[in-house]
Amino acid sequence: MSEFVLETQNLGISFGGLRAASGVNLQIKKGEIYGLIGPNGAGKTTIFNLLTGVYQPTEGTFFLNGKELRRMSQERINHEGIARTFQNIRLFNNMTVLRNVMVGLHNREEFRCSMAESLLRLPRHFRVEKEMKARALEILKIFDLHEESGTLACNLPYGKQRKLEIARALATDPKLLLLDEPAAGMNPHETEDLRRTVELLREQFDVTILLIEHDLKFVSGICDRITVLNFGTVIAQGTTKEALSDPEVIKAYIGK
Amino acid sequence: MDFLITFVNGLSLGGIYAMIALGYTMVYGIAKMLNFAHGDIIMVGGYTILVFLAINPWLAILASVVFCMMMGIVIEKVAYKPLRGASPLAVLITAIGVSYLLQSIAQMAFGSAPKFVVIANLGTLKLGELAVGYSTIITLACSLVVMIGLNLFVKFTKTGRAMIAVSEDKGAAQLMGINVNSIIMITFAIGSALASLAGLFFLLKAPTITPTFGALPGIKAFTAAVIGGIGSIPGAMIGGLLLGIIECFAQSIPAIAPYTDAIEFSILIVILLVKPTGLLGKKRREKV
Amino acid sequence: MNKLKHFKWKRYLNYTVIAVILIVFSVMTLTGGLPKSTTFNLEKIAISIILAVSLSLVVGFLGELSLGHAGFMCVGAYLGGKVSALLVDSLGNGILTFFISLLIGGICAGICGFIIGLPALRLKGDYLAITTLAFGEIVRTIFQNTSDETFGGAIGLATPRFNQKYFFIICFVLVLVTLAVIQNLIYSKHGRAITAIRDNEIAAKATGVNVTRYKLIGFIVAAVFAGFAGVLFSYTQSNVSSATFDYNYSIEILVMVVLGGMGSINGSIVAATAVTFLNNKLATVLTGNLAVLKDLIYALILIMIVIYNNSPKLAAFRERYNFKNLFAKITKNRFSKHEADDTGRWDVVPTKIKMDALLSTDFVVNDIKPDQPKGDDSHE
Repeated sequence: MSEFVLETQNLGISFGGLRAASGVNLQIKKGEIYGLIGPNGAGKTTIFNLLTGVYQPTEGTFFLNGKELRRMSQERINHEGIARTFQNIRLFNNMTVLRNVMVGLHNREEFRCSMAESLLRLPRHFRVEKEMKARALEILKIFDLHEESGTLACNLPYGKQRKLEIARALATDPKLLLLDEPAAGMNPHETEDLRRTVELLREQFDVTILLIEHDLKFVSGICDRITVLNFGTVIAQGTTKEALSDPEVIKAYIGK
Repeated sequence: MDFLITFVNGLSLGGIYAMIALGYTMVYGIAKMLNFAHGDIIMVGGYTILVFLAINPWLAILASVVFCMMMGIVIEKVAYKPLRGASPLAVLITAIGVSYLLQSIAQMAFGSAPKFVVIANLGTLKLGELAVGYSTIITLACSLVVMIGLNLFVKFTKTGRAMIAVSEDKGAAQLMGINVNSIIMITFAIGSALASLAGLFFLLKAPTITPTFGALPGIKAFTAAVIGGIGSIPGAMIGGLLLGIIECFAQSIPAIAPYTDAIEFSILIVILLVKPTGLLGKKRREKV
Repeated sequence: MNKLKHFKWKRYLNYTVIAVILIVFSVMTLTGGLPKSTTFNLEKIAISIILAVSLSLVVGFLGELSLGHAGFMCVGAYLGGKVSALLVDSLGNGILTFFISLLIGGICAGICGFIIGLPALRLKGDYLAITTLAFGEIVRTIFQNTSDETFGGAIGLATPRFNQKYFFIICFVLVLVTLAVIQNLIYSKHGRAITAIRDNEIAAKATGVNVTRYKLIGFIVAAVFAGFAGVLFSYTQSNVSSATFDYNYSIEILVMVVLGGMGSINGSIVAATAVTFLNNKLATVLTGNLAVLKDLIYALILIMIVIYNNSPKLAAFRERYNFKNLFAKITKNRFSKHEADDTGRWDVVPTKIKMDALLSTDFVVNDIKPDQPKGDDSHE
């Protein structure tokens, strides 16, 4: 067992000669909230896409709890324990809030129910459905969304859609949760609310969190350690305070 | 020699398909809809020729082009415009409804029995062993002229460039002061005019017409547009020519001739499996 | 009593209605009250319902546009018809022959569903639509060119017609089976995964839904039932002709699904019944010179309904005059729920789906090829 939940080794990808990311080494400890920051186009979301199997890395590899996940499909990586949210929210818009979370519970061992059992409406089907619903409501309660469980996802206000996406990701029982700009477009009140929720997650769910964020106040308030990217490469790494005061980082953000 | 004749015939048939495919592709690019009634415009053009043929063949051709353009515009205004902004599937079903409507009107007006439309007896060109119908040559020449003309029109005229802008981004084009409604109208008019010409050339090849005259060529041309990458004008031309050549060669071999349609559709599937957006289609990547 | 309150009667409503209608008609037939023409129409309606409900699984719930549903029906009709023609001498034209041919027709159509499901993993929107259309036409052309001994070629396949008045009962029992399977599938965790793929394929993948598996399942299940419908069809005809199953037939099934409201099983049932009934009624009322009016009226009704239902400009008008509001007014809101009540709503599948994604070219190409991985030595 590796001491790190996520470890990447020289992870990188190039598209037609363009190196979107290269030589990225991350080591994230269990229970950490880890930040990934950098200017626009620095390759942050690309790293997320590599870690979730949307893209296949052209160089390097990555491990989750010591198990190599390179070249696995997106579904498989999710089964192994990496879940994510998206920069531009991707919910199942025509489904209710509750059903969105229940899709997240789909692959859990305790909610196994074969297609034949569902088609024949065997007792297990009803039991699993009932338990899934109860579990989904529990998760929604943490995010304070349980009152909206019957609303269609597309009818939720923006801040709640973001939360629902996190709830859905969390329902898949991940070891590592990737949050892509969770506070984007939120007002200060919602951001504060989100910060509390993320901290609550760490306490209640035994999950490690890697997040991308532009709101440096949010990052410094919540992250234990961060990595700063620019032009696809790491320019600084360390505790939040250290990294943010690095001259390279200040140069990348403010210019000379 | 047979090979050459089949090839020329294929090119000529492909030219017709390309002309119809251009209509599909342009309408798709600009209105983002599959105009299933497009094939039936060919039939409308054919019957218009039949009506005016007694007066003068040239007048008949002119009347057919003008009438089809008007039909295209009317159909767009009445059936498709109210649905702008609605789901594409609804528009698709309406287009199917329009297709049925045109066929049944034709059936009421002209009956379902085939009618003969002999526009002209053009004879064949003989160069030694090589015998090619003049109609084939005319078709080929005209379709080439039309395709080159259309390319020039789209690239170098203000209207043409506005069409490209609308197909790229309707909203942005509107903000830049382009009248989207009139551009869509022009697109339908051009597409329908091309379809009427296709009808004319089909009648030159085989002078019979029925109310379902345009259905199969319509589907074939749609296939051609998809092979080339729907929304791409050069793609429609290449797809059309390719399909025409394949069809003529398949039909020239007796053993596989009955399976011509199946072969064409199989080639479509194979091409799409290799290139999921057709030969020249734009690969759009959804940003994750 | 409490248990009765939580019974989701809405989900069993369509079975009940169909069963009641079936019983009424069965009694009428057995007492000799139904002419053959009526039972024949009932058979047709049953076949349409099976086709529409199965296509609805693919289009409304999986979110893939299929224009080749008649192709699967064609496979079922030909293979089922052939099997029954072969078995009729040894087993007689009875229920056993029927079941064997039903099974074989369904399985063969299911295999075709699997084959057409494979490109669906790669293609989207219009490209998949034309592929399914092409598939349907390929199947038809192949059967059309078979020799006379095998599948009858251009003349068509002669099948032992099951000329019994009570055949419509079998058809409707099969409708109930179709409903049971497809609704049980949709209202289960597997159905939830299928609808998740429809709503957002990328998110579904990231949430761990096995997209490949569920897409194939969707296509296979739909194809099997279309195959069943084909076998039923072959039993209502004495001759199965490939010309029946052209793309226009596929489109007619799609029309039923779209008119019924995407993602609404009950809507598909009602629309399938209405379209088939209308078609048959117009065909019997308009004879002779008026026969051409049939297609004209059908086309006009189709265009008007679609424009009325979908035009953005008529949205306010629709809001004011729709059946739901009318119903609520008549019943004084006794049956209409206004609050989001979760126990009743958790399995709600909306009937209005934004289909823009379905027909647009903006789609993921998952196979964007990054550069070749470098060898280990080139890391320096």
